[in-house]
Order: sequence, then C-alpha cells, then structure tokens
Amino acid sequence: MSLHIQDLHATLEDGTEILKGVNLVIPKGEIHAIMGPNGSGKSTLSKVIAGHEGYVVTSGSVKQDGQEILEKSVDERSRDGIFLAFQYPSEVPGVSNANFIRAALQARLPKGQDIDAVAYYKELYSKMDLLEMDRKFTARAVNEGFSGGEKKRNEILQMMMLQPEYCILDETDSGLDIDALKIVAKGVNAMRSPERGMLLITHYQRLLDYIKPDYVHVMSEGRIVRSGGAELAHELERDGYEFLKEPALA
Amino acid sequence: MMSYDATDVLDHETRDAIDIDRTKGDFTFPERNKFDAGRGLTSATVDYISNVKSDPDWVREFRHKALKVFQDKPMPTNWATKDLEAIDFDVIRYYLSDGEKPKRSWDDVPADVLETFERLGIPQQERAFLAGVEAQFDSEAAYSNVKEELTKQGVIFCNSAEGLKEHEAIFRPWFGKVIPTGDNKFSALNSAVFSGGSFIYIPKGLKLKQPLQAYFRINSENFGQFERTLIIADEGAELMYMEGCTAPKFETATLHSAVVELVALKGAKIQYVTVQNWSSNVFNLVTKRGIAMEDAEVRWIDCNIGSRLTMKYPGVIMKGKRARGEVISIALANTGQHQDTGAKMIHAADDTTSNVVSKSISVGEGRSTYRGQVFIPKHLKGCKNNTECDALLINSHSRTDTYPAITVKGNRHATQHEASVSQVSEDMLFYMQQRGLNQGQAMSLAVNGFINDLVREFPMEYSVELKRLIDLEMEGSVG
Repeated sequence: MSLHIQDLHATLEDGTEILKGVNLVIPKGEIHAIMGPNGSGKSTLSKVIAGHEGYVVTSGSVKQDGQEILEKSVDERSRDGIFLAFQYPSEVPGVSNANFIRAALQARLPKGQDIDAVAYYKELYSKMDLLEMDRKFTARAVNEGFSGGEKKRNEILQMMMLQPEYCILDETDSGLDIDALKIVAKGVNAMRSPERGMLLITHYQRLLDYIKPDYVHVMSEGRIVRSGGAELAHELERDGYEFLKEPALA
Repeated sequence: MMSYDATDVLDHETRDAIDIDRTKGDFTFPERNKFDAGRGLTSATVDYISNVKSDPDWVREFRHKALKVFQDKPMPTNWATKDLEAIDFDVIRYYLSDGEKPKRSWDDVPADVLETFERLGIPQQERAFLAGVEAQFDSEAAYSNVKEELTKQGVIFCNSAEGLKEHEAIFRPWFGKVIPTGDNKFSALNSAVFSGGSFIYIPKGLKLKQPLQAYFRINSENFGQFERTLIIADEGAELMYMEGCTAPKFETATLHSAVVELVALKGAKIQYVTVQNWSSNVFNLVTKRGIAMEDAEVRWIDCNIGSRLTMKYPGVIMKGKRARGEVISIALANTGQHQDTGAKMIHAADDTTSNVVSKSISVGEGRSTYRGQVFIPKHLKGCKNNTECDALLINSHSRTDTYPAITVKGNRHATQHEASVSQVSEDMLFYMQQRGLNQGQAMSLAVNGFINDLVREFPMEYSVELKRLIDLEMEGSVG
C-alpha cells in the first residue's frame, strides 16, 4: 500500500518541462520529506499529484495502492483519499469554515445521506481544540482575513476532518512563528498512522525538528537527486544546497 | 438575525414543504376554463373581463382609460432590451378562469388545482409557518384564507376584486396612486386587464408575527397573468408578505405583468419578499413601488432566479420625515435569461434614508443588468443613500451592466455608491475541488458565499429554498 510515483514528467501549458522524471514511493505508515531550492519543482509535484489542470503530464504514472490516479478528476482524487495542504490556500468569500468542511464531508457520502450535524460539530470542535483554534473560527469565511498561521492551521484542520490516506503538505511551515509551527506539528503528528502516508515539502530543517520524517529527499531541476534518512535534513541545514552545483551530482 | 445554517434546525417535513425546484413546477393540467377572454387585447377584451368580474363602473372606466394609455405608449426599447419585441400581444389570452370563487378551505378547491398547489408545497407551508395564504391559478385565486384571530383583529386579506368591492372606502383612495396607470407601458397594461392579486389592510398598531403569503401559478399556455396587489399598513402596523411563483415551461412565451403598491402609514413597516422562479419562457415585467410616510419603512427583498426576461425595479417613495426605504436584491441569470433589475429611491422629505444592495450572478450566456435611480431634491436636508452593487461572473460569456443614476441636489445629504465585479477564480475552484467538491458543488458554494450576507435577510424558510434553487441552477449549468 503506497503512493507510487514513477518517472513522472510534466510541463506547463506552454510546454516548459518542470518535472523531468520523478521517482518516489511513499508507503502507508511513513513520512517522507522533500527539500530543495526554489524552482526545483516541489510545489509542481504536489499540484500534479492533486490533478491541477495547469500542468500537462507527458509521461509516467502515479499509483495509489496500485491504481493509476492520473486519469481522475481533482475532486475524485480528493474523495479517494489524496489531500493537499496548500502553500497559499484560497479564500472562499462568504462561505463559513464550518459549512465548507461540512460540504467537503458531504461530498464523500452517497446521495440522499446527510451529515449528522451534532456529531459533526463535536468532531470539529475536538480537532479545533487540539489545534488551539477559537470557536469563533467556524463562522468566519474560509481564509478570509486570516493570518498566515491561521490559514495553515485551517489546512491541518481540514486534513484532520477529511482523514485522507495520503497527505501532501506544501510548505506548511512557511510564514509560521515557532508557536504556530509547534501547533501545526502537533496536528500532523496526531495524523501519523500505519494507515496513512505523508509527504512534507519544505525549505527548512526547522519543520522536521517537530515532525520527524522517515526519509528525506532532495529535489533539484525536476528530479529527486538524493535520498536519505532524517539526518540528510541536518546535513542540508548545515551545508546548504551547494553540493547540487558540483558537476558530479548535477 | 436569521441563521444561514437553517438546514440544521428545520425538520424534514418543513424542509420538504419548502423545497420548490424547477422540475417541481414543470407540469400542467388540462384547461377547463369557464371564462376565456380569447386572444388579443381590444376594448371588447376589457369589457369581457369587467363583465365576468362584475366590476363597479369606476373600475370599468379605470380599465378603459388604461387600455388607451397602453396602446399609446411605445415599447421602452429605446433603453431596454430589444427582446421585448418578441412579445406578441395579439396571441396572448388575457383572462382565464374556471368561474369558481376563492375557497376558504383546501378541501373545497378543485382536485387538479389542489394537486398543483400540494406539489408546490403551499398547504404544507401554510400549516408550518404562515398567517395566511392566497393561491392564484391563472387569472383568479383558487384559495384564500387568513387565520381567524387576525380577521377578528381587523386584518383584511383577500383578492383585489373583493378588495375593491367590499372594502372600497380603504381600497379606492390608494389604488393606482403609488403607481399611476401611465407609469410605464406594462403598468398601463396591468391596469387595463388586472385580475387576482391581494388586497391587504393591517389595522393601526397591529404587528403580524407570521408572514402572509401569495403564490402565483400559471397553468395555461399563451397566457398573461396580471395580478394587482395593494397592501396598506395603518399607523404603527407591521407585516411581512412573501410571494412565490412558478409556471410550466411552454414552447411559447408567457407574460406576467403585475403591479404591486405598498402603503406604509406613519410608523408602519412593510417587508415584501419575492422568490421569483418562473420558467425560462416567461416575460416577467413587473412594477413594484411603496410609499413610506413619517417614520415608516418599506423593504423590498427581491430574488430573481427564473424567467426569460425580468424587468423589475422596486421603488420606495419616502414621503414622510425619517422614512426609510430599502431594496435587497439577488439576481441569477443563466444561459437564455436576462435579469434586468434594480431599484428606485425617491426622497421626498427631510432625514429620509435609503439603502440598495444588489448582487447579481451571471452564468454561461446569462445576462444581468442593474439599473438604479436615486433622487434627492435640493430643498431637502439630511437625506442619506447607500447603494452597493456587486456582480459575480461565472465563465467568460457572461455579461453584466450597471447603470446607477444617483441624482443629489443640494449639499446637505450623504450618499455613497460602491460597485464591484468579480469572478470565481481558477485557484478558488481548484482549492474547493481538492477538498472533494465537484465543479457544480464548488460553483454553488462560491455563489452561495457571494450572496450569503443578503440571504440572511430572507426569512429562514425562504433562505433554505433559495439555497436549493441556486444549487440546482449551478449543478445544471456545469453539466
């Protein structure tokens, strides 16, 4: 049981190739981190897995527990268990957080079946408590007027409510102060499970102090160029990405 | 404040009762009309209607004068859409009825008419939350009833024909005064052939806790419905009136042209709520205006989802000091529809306040137009107007126009005007779809979010219906 990315190539609509053969296996129960400099294709990888229409997959495959997902629509992938925590979550003006998350859960139920409102709020409040979110949050419009930290916490809350099988967190640590980072990490760690695989995309070692990955990968120019254990992150923190410039590794 | 999360607190019966959707209205029963004025409009048509309705002489005269005005006035195509020319006044049938008087009990309503209104949920709604109901089927009301305790307190709730005959002393001084016959071509048309609609009088100081409702149903093809409503709230009285409407979708054009006059005497409050869901072959050309005396308030809460073309600009004449006028409107124009709506605010006394909030959504080839008119004359002081119009476009074919005309003379007033046009962005769609919503659900949620602050102004039961209608429209529009 894994998310299996095989020789994945993807271009922008204008033909510019961004992913140039990505290979990565994220088995359930493991947390993988991808690090790398700006423009290496990390965020693109997360969007392509989620099915963003701004990219064209030219070859390769992404299999979820053996089943190809590249033919599926964005929403189908989501309902089948792929979750993306956005680096820049969108605002949805006028739609309350409570209604938004409920609509997402409702979309997972068979037609004619309704969410039990009482149980829903109980669940929502317990997750919000864990993430130290104020109750007023439920009535606020999705991400509207949110601080950076609130937006990221909201992403984690949605992830906790939807209980996906595979989670991709795109730069979830960016723009967070240390207290917010700890809270977000608490949420992610609470989601750690043998039933779930996770992919953390980050620039900095800092996040990995709080969410310990099983494996760390380095991405550069559209490929995974190095893989290792958690210690690789420390090495990168210390030495930076200078090694990427060495001819032998380019 | 009404909550938008009404789905949580309504039981299933109530929810079913108010679940009026497009498909639900798309059915028809065979006609069995005892009275049919035939096709086309001449003075003989007017006499036919006057005869059938046993009009008093003053009404017959009123109709004939109006017919002349209608015939003399050109179509307003110099400023309005050319689509109006598609109306063929010669093929329309101006009066159809089975000759029955409105019944006080649903048990006495003919079976096919009863079934019509049951399928639309009207008797269920009446039981659930209404103080009184009038249900009109083509030209005449089939059912009209108000809670007995209200009748005892002096409330009058009947159709216009009964109003003008049985309550002439109250009816006649205001009839045609807020909206004169010659206001526009379609108010003249209505004045010539009007039939049905409500007459309501709320006595001094009485505040109705539950709304009164009228439901307008068109059953016959090539038919024109011309109801006439007059509502008078005496000093300090308060009421909320709600109207809904549906028609089957015929191949040919159907015309609905109503005139609604509201009179709020000193300190009175009238709220008039419309959820317009005509089928997409209906020309809906309606004139609505209220007059607010000293310290009185008239609010129009107007939602247009259906029809082929709607032209409607609810207005308030603020005649007394400190009077308030408000128009809250939502319009949704899908492919094949043009919602041409707006507001008219006429300040005619010091310290009067008006507020216009209009939100339109254009989908596919749908077209929305906002026309506003605010008038504050020079000799007044302390008048305020706020106008906000926001448009949401869903896909690039949509069209929206805004024509606000705010005329403020003198410098002792405060007005502000804001307008915006926005789109559901690709990023927002991707975000919502990544959470599992399909495109239709995502659009629907975005649209509901866009109008959310206005939907709160609707009575709870209607806000739920509104949300369902929008869900249906959006899901249908993206396939």
